[in-house]
Amino acid sequence: MSIEPTTLPVRSGEDVVKVRQAVRTLAMDLGFSLVDQTKVITAASELARNTLTYGGGGECRIERLNQGPKRAGVRLTFEDRGPGITNLDLALTDGYTTGNGLGLGLNGARKLSHEFDIWSQPGVGTRVTITRWK
Amino acid sequence: MNRLASRLPAMVEQYQQEILTEWVKLQLEAGTWRAGRLQESQLRDESQRFLTLLVNNIQKGVQFDTRSAQWADIRDFLAELSRSRATQGFSPSQVATFVFSLKQPIFARLRANLLDEPEVLADASWETTLLLDSMGLYTTEVYQQARESVIARQQEELIELSTPVVELWPGILALPLIGTLDSERTQVVMETLLERLVATGSSIAVIDITGVPTVDTLVAQHLLKTVSAAQLMGADCIISGIRPQIAQTIVHLGIDLSAVATKASLSDAFALALKRRGLSVISSSAARG
Repeated sequence: MSIEPTTLPVRSGEDVVKVRQAVRTLAMDLGFSLVDQTKVITAASELARNTLTYGGGGECRIERLNQGPKRAGVRLTFEDRGPGITNLDLALTDGYTTGNGLGLGLNGARKLSHEFDIWSQPGVGTRVTITRWK
Repeated sequence: MNRLASRLPAMVEQYQQEILTEWVKLQLEAGTWRAGRLQESQLRDESQRFLTLLVNNIQKGVQFDTRSAQWADIRDFLAELSRSRATQGFSPSQVATFVFSLKQPIFARLRANLLDEPEVLADASWETTLLLDSMGLYTTEVYQQARESVIARQQEELIELSTPVVELWPGILALPLIGTLDSERTQVVMETLLERLVATGSSIAVIDITGVPTVDTLVAQHLLKTVSAAQLMGADCIISGIRPQIAQTIVHLGIDLSAVATKASLSDAFALALKRRGLSVISSSAARG
């Protein structure tokens, strides 16, 4: 039940900004409250940066979900063909990072979303899908 | 090829005057020189100088190499021409046409003189094409570099302009941040703030993030680094402009900002800063009474 899915590249810092802007436009269009907009944009920002920093770049698919008049939502899928994550539980632990960030982004994105799905295979890549309803 | 390479230089030198006259005539007829603010006399002068340089250099070899010392004066001439024409409003292709248009008069001379030796003619033509093509492309390259350096400078200026540090009160600085806070900008922000802290002898800095649309973990990390650096220098930091939606997001992300004083608005932060400095604002009527 989704219309106009768009796929954006995530290859540079500017691309992360573009993903944020696209998500903002869609969330505003769907009538998300300011708080909900900010949450989904921030989650998108975290995941896009992870795709770039840890996945070596990839892409982001943005979908508009419409399930009935009252159930509108945004679904975002971030996919990369990077090194993958060996220990998902550890990666989702607050404060754990293999880079030099705060180690809060991935789990933060989960907490900012209604639905969160992560698939990763070492050596193949990582795919994270989040959904936030209005 | 050596035999052939020796024919082109001699030919160009011998018919230098004829080639120049015809070249200038062609350029004037084509009219592209009028696209910018170029004087006819300047066009004549530049054409003459270029051809003279070409004649002098071509004796030593016909392969244009921008890095070799042999072509240094031609390279400098072309670079200067490209830059000046860029500022005069010419397009890159119009600049390159200056060089390319020299082909026709040279070909004409070659054809007139080497008609009996078709092989020599073909090779000399090929040499001419290679030589002038690489020179024409070089002008385009310089043109593009000039443009890029302008863009790079503007970007740098933008970064600096977008991070002003203002003094709210003696000893109290404010740093209003607007836009995306990436690593590069944070570096500039941090440096500017630390410099101004020293220059003004301030002890309190208010970092206002009202204009930062998204505060994610990276932005938070950058803010915390800036705050720690300021604290190391003995200054207190207050972060202001934490709107309700930002506050909720920060909590969800699990970012710990408890080490820093935070306020919703810049005026709240200013009031706190004044208080810490032992200052207070009172209404003038109350003071008189």
